Amino acid sequence: MGMDFSTLRTLISRYCVGEENWVDSRTVYIGHKEPPPGTEAFIQQRFPDNRIVSCKYTFWNFIPKNMFEQFRRVANFYFLVIFLVQLIIDTPTSPITSGLPLFFVITVTAIKQGYEDWLRHKADKAVNECPVQVVQNGKIICKQSRRLRVGDVVLVKEDETFPCDLILLSSSRDDGTCYVTTASLDGESSHKTYYAVQDTKAFTTEEEVSCIHATIECEQPQPDLYKFVGRINVYMNNEPVARPLGSENLLLRGATLKNTEHIYAVAIYTGMETKMALNYQSKSQKRSAVEKSMNAYLVVYLCILISKAVINTGLKYLWQSDPNRDEPWYNERTDTERQRHILIRAFTDFLAFMVLFNYIIPVSMYVTVEMQKFLGSYFIMWDDEMLDEELGERAVVNTSDLNEELGQVEYVFTDKTGTLTENNMEFIECCVDGHVYIPHAICNGQVMPGASSIDMIDTSPGPDAREREELFFRALCLCHTVQVKEEETVDGIKHGIHQGKSSSFYISSSPDEVALVEGMKRLGFTYLRLKDGQMEILNRDDEVERFELLEVLTFDSVRRRMSVIVRAGSGEMYLFCKGADSSIFPRVIKGKVEQVKARVELNAVEGLRTLCVAYRPLSPEQYQQVCHQLSGAKLALQDRDKQLAEAYDIIERDLILLGATAVEDRLQEKAADTIESLHQAGMKVWVLTGDKMETAAATCYASKLFRRSTQILELTTKRTEEQSLHDVLFDLSRTVLRHYGGMSRDNSSSLSGDCTDFGLIIDGATLSAVMRPGQEDSNSGNYKEIFLEICRNCSAVLCCRMAPLQKAQIVKMIKASKEHPITLAVGDGANDVSMILEAHVGIGIMGKEGRQAVRNSDYAIPKFKHLKKMLLVHGHYYYIRISELVQYFFYKNVVFMFPQFIYQFFCGFSQQPLYDTAYLTLYNISFTSLPILLYSLMEQHINMDILKKDPSLYKDIAKNCLLRWPIFIYWTVLGVYDAMVMFFGAYFLFDNTSFTSNGQMFGNWTFGTLVFTVLVFTVTFKLVLDTHYWTWINHFVIWGSLVFFVVFSLLWGGIIWPFLNYQRMYYVFMQMLSSGPAWLSIILLITVCLLPDVVKKVIWRALWPTTTEKIQVGAITSMETLD
Amino acid sequence: MMPTSYEDGHISVSGAGGGSMPGKKPENTAFKQQRLPAWQPVLTAGTVLPAFFIIGLIFIPIGIGLYVTSMNIKEFQIDYTGVDMSSPCYNCSQNFSWNSSRPCACSLPFYLDQPYDSNVFMYYGLSNFYQNHRRYVKSRDDSQLNGNQESLKDPSKECEPYAWSSSKPIAPCGAIANSMFNDTLELFYNDPNGSKVQIPLTATGIAWWTDKHVKFRNPGGNENLPAAFQGTTKPVNWHWPVYELDSDPENNGFINEDFIVWMRTAALPTFRKLYRIIQRKNNMVPTLPRGNYTLEVVYNYPVRSFDGRKRVILSTISWMGGKNPFLGIAYITVGSVCFLLGVVLLIIHHKYGSRNNIAT
Repeated sequence: MGMDFSTLRTLISRYCVGEENWVDSRTVYIGHKEPPPGTEAFIQQRFPDNRIVSCKYTFWNFIPKNMFEQFRRVANFYFLVIFLVQLIIDTPTSPITSGLPLFFVITVTAIKQGYEDWLRHKADKAVNECPVQVVQNGKIICKQSRRLRVGDVVLVKEDETFPCDLILLSSSRDDGTCYVTTASLDGESSHKTYYAVQDTKAFTTEEEVSCIHATIECEQPQPDLYKFVGRINVYMNNEPVARPLGSENLLLRGATLKNTEHIYAVAIYTGMETKMALNYQSKSQKRSAVEKSMNAYLVVYLCILISKAVINTGLKYLWQSDPNRDEPWYNERTDTERQRHILIRAFTDFLAFMVLFNYIIPVSMYVTVEMQKFLGSYFIMWDDEMLDEELGERAVVNTSDLNEELGQVEYVFTDKTGTLTENNMEFIECCVDGHVYIPHAICNGQVMPGASSIDMIDTSPGPDAREREELFFRALCLCHTVQVKEEETVDGIKHGIHQGKSSSFYISSSPDEVALVEGMKRLGFTYLRLKDGQMEILNRDDEVERFELLEVLTFDSVRRRMSVIVRAGSGEMYLFCKGADSSIFPRVIKGKVEQVKARVELNAVEGLRTLCVAYRPLSPEQYQQVCHQLSGAKLALQDRDKQLAEAYDIIERDLILLGATAVEDRLQEKAADTIESLHQAGMKVWVLTGDKMETAAATCYASKLFRRSTQILELTTKRTEEQSLHDVLFDLSRTVLRHYGGMSRDNSSSLSGDCTDFGLIIDGATLSAVMRPGQEDSNSGNYKEIFLEICRNCSAVLCCRMAPLQKAQIVKMIKASKEHPITLAVGDGANDVSMILEAHVGIGIMGKEGRQAVRNSDYAIPKFKHLKKMLLVHGHYYYIRISELVQYFFYKNVVFMFPQFIYQFFCGFSQQPLYDTAYLTLYNISFTSLPILLYSLMEQHINMDILKKDPSLYKDIAKNCLLRWPIFIYWTVLGVYDAMVMFFGAYFLFDNTSFTSNGQMFGNWTFGTLVFTVLVFTVTFKLVLDTHYWTWINHFVIWGSLVFFVVFSLLWGGIIWPFLNYQRMYYVFMQMLSSGPAWLSIILLITVCLLPDVVKKVIWRALWPTTTEKIQVGAITSMETLD
Repeated sequence: MMPTSYEDGHISVSGAGGGSMPGKKPENTAFKQQRLPAWQPVLTAGTVLPAFFIIGLIFIPIGIGLYVTSMNIKEFQIDYTGVDMSSPCYNCSQNFSWNSSRPCACSLPFYLDQPYDSNVFMYYGLSNFYQNHRRYVKSRDDSQLNGNQESLKDPSKECEPYAWSSSKPIAPCGAIANSMFNDTLELFYNDPNGSKVQIPLTATGIAWWTDKHVKFRNPGGNENLPAAFQGTTKPVNWHWPVYELDSDPENNGFINEDFIVWMRTAALPTFRKLYRIIQRKNNMVPTLPRGNYTLEVVYNYPVRSFDGRKRVILSTISWMGGKNPFLGIAYITVGSVCFLLGVVLLIIHHKYGSRNNIAT
């Protein structure tokens, strides 16, 4: 109850704030101390307390709220309406028939959700009541976590989790840093360094901390975990000193303090406003193509249902126009019925018909489909072939809704680094002023082949060059954000390479940096650690050099470079910058640019990742200026990123080129094989990378995305500089179209032969030019169309120099193109998240760049090679399974309901049900549900090894082909045919004759039971015909469910049921079984029902076999020959 | 049991982001790897062929057997509705009124051109009578018919408007009981020597055994029925109360077999119900010899108002029941079709079967 009020209060306060004084930023008084008078007066806002409410329900509102949530689903609502109609009006079937299944579904769901919510309640309670140490008046007091308020100063000890979002004030470490792992937030187990505010890091005891007098201004909470801007005003003698706050100062709730004894921090976001809580919002739901077809079919069936009801109502009144038919003497209405208005009667009749036929849209279909998806996804998680022994990771299923979509993929968008490649960098060489250095390539204790010991260090010429060379090495040792991890106990992925002698690791979010620092170590310069703002380097002469780290201009994917400003022991200051060649060369004013450039290009062609290193000596005046620019930007609350970028742009200029490095990122195991398989499966593979063209193209060749025979079309800035974009596009499209046009005219059958395929390379800049909406001339509007046309005819496309958002744009563009293909995006890093979220199916690789991609993906796999099994086997199976499930469900309900529809013509349109209530209720729940569920979990129409060996089988199910309208119509027609056979078969058999050898007659319930028996057997046998994979479980379930039907029928008719007010089924089933002709006619009718489907299957297989069917036959014959 | 997507992705506070099951290597079973041993049949022309021939070979003889059996069954129908002026029952059908105390009788002569040897079953048939109308089907109280005292005094609402009559509960209640067939049919053999011999009709054994002994029960046993039905009234259309249906206490009240037969509602608007059985006396003489007969009808049951027809059917019965050529013909047809399809498939198999294998 209390929780309710607090959420309500939060809501109200938010609402009020929104109405009156909504501000973009909030002001926090550290330790609740008012700022000194005279400073700007802030309107004190109300903040929520630190209560986490992850539960959805309370004890009181569970039932109404849960019911509301459940009945918001269209299907549930539909069945509720049917149920209510049955309750209100006089309907042919008792409310139990639809009420019971609905009640079952609702109750089980409610119990499950209630249990989950109870667990959440417990977890909430544990979290909310866990003790937190708070500094008050110089003393530590213990509070329950939920009583924590914004502005409280909190003491957190090692291995404790932060109770809310905090700004780090001071740490037990002298340099004011602390290490944090955010494993429970984003899965990254590496330790990240956070920094205390400069002016408060000296306050390291509770007494000292409690005399900090400061306010924090920061933005209102937003869910982005990695973004934070704020400003702290520290009052020294009532004079405010403003310092910037960034995400490096913000400790997030849910993260854990590591390697740091204790810290003091101030709470700024609490409770439901913490970034963790804000992130627990459900992702937008993706819907699979199958689900869309299912909904389309549903609409069709709803129309059939309504038209059936309308037709029957109309006919009823036509037929009843004769009063002797309406009310013959033997069958009169009650007076109340007679007095009812004709329109009300007609409407009631309409509703009654709706109720009678409502089973055509079964509740159980939704339940079965969802169970199939949920249970089916376990097979993906269990799969040992998708287990990576090294990482100890299996495939993860985040959404089971998309299992079948894996079998429908037409476009695969893949990241390069970490996805196609290992992201396990090896330092290959460096080039200083044109001199190439190759260290003894030792990696993990192995001498790499090919890299024979061309150690050119000793041959380095001249003292001047030597100085440059050492500066280069120092630059690489200093310009990075690598941490040194001293202990062995790094949980999770080990970043970097074991150092051999000492037990320390290099840890970084970027593997390139680790490789570079490692490489430098092999070349004689060892980076030791960062201590008290001093970076320590062990140089070749085993002397420790110290550099004071003044500024870090962090890396970002737009600038594509990073810099550090350091002060050497001698007092000289340097700016070291490293980054992509394209972002360094324009800023270089000196150095042997030509030699370096040549080497870089050479390396890039070989598929190596190159970085350029440059420096700039800074005079003290220049440094002052730099400091000024940086602090100005850092203090900004609005547009800080933009301002910082501008500041960086100004600082990183007039560089002197030192040299370049080359790092190899090896292809992932079987990447080429996987790509080849995907190609054969008819998928178009696009590589989207931020890397530069040459490197990326080399990777593409290595991974067989491009073959030697592939004709490469380039759409790059280089070309568009020479020609206008317009001309280039038209040129390319002409090339492509001419070729294909010629092909189709010549002969289309030899397409697979020697035809050259096209590969397209496009870069980010050109792409944005293509995508730009047409402005000046109307022609540019259809650049996009031409581009798509070109892409459609290319088997492989490489997009390089992509910004993360552009990746998503491309996916979106393809998604929206006129065929609406199904897209899949696979990536491992944070830069792939946008594309993973955009694509129909997003797959995360559990790579080295953290867990963000995995977290946002629909499925996650340990390695790129697992994609092959995921799509070709699991995707294929699930598509086959679910399409059969959907078709079969509609089929079996047509067969179920159509006889009842025809029966209306023989019972005076009186809504008399053909089957007994128990049969109506249990048909979908127990007689026919398990076999199809099991089929949809177990079916393997082709052996999985064949599926993997022959990827072209994937084409057999492309474009949602098993759920196209012709197939749906075939199933429906088959259903109607079966229903006709059953009804009229029974009709003619019953026609005025006795069925038994004692001359006694059967009644209407026997008639219905006969039809129903034929129905259950036919429908089950239809599945028997479709099942290709008979395990003992299939046998058990299929025959078991038929036996269950018989046993149930015997039991149901075997006793006088005391709680029922009718005994119409008493001995009906047994009497039927005691009659010979009944047996004969059941056998006959089942045979006739199944005959056309068998014949169709056999003839189609013989005359127009699909690849799948050929393989099936092939498998049989090969097995026979083996025997 | 229930699928996950019913809930909308709330993550518990304690749960880690990825939701993976790190490290733990689950037990590796063939089931989890989807590699259970399985039989993988494929429906090809080759495999289906024998089945078609076998079905053909089995169905055709069965069909012929059924057809022959059905043809051997003798059946005779006579319509006594009295629609035509010439019909002897025309007057009865015209002058029908519910409250006439004097029953109208008519007699129809007919000629059987072949003798009926075994037991003969006498049915009455009604046409255009919707016993399967929903309002009609549910208008009964099974609990009352089962001898329940409370339901006897307070019949189910389903029986309306045939539940209460002059503030007394109706027993048996409901439209079905109220409209019970009440013509009396008697059969006379016109001996060639001029005498008219009444043929003895057995009125028992016409209802399901389970109905008579379990489903239908008189309240308070079969003795002293008038007392048991005290406080109830007869259905409006009945001439006598339910305890006067028969003089035999084992065939009276709710367990009267004519009543039970009527209460089993027919599936279709044209139906027949077993009325009497003519037992075969000995092997020497046929049950019904060839010759002239008279059907004496006490015409109580009006059907003209809804264009109904009334028939009397005399039929012999085989192991497969009454005359029904449909089943035999259907078997023969399906058997032949299967056989033909078998031949077609054989051709297809020969022509195209090899192509399949080459392709793989």
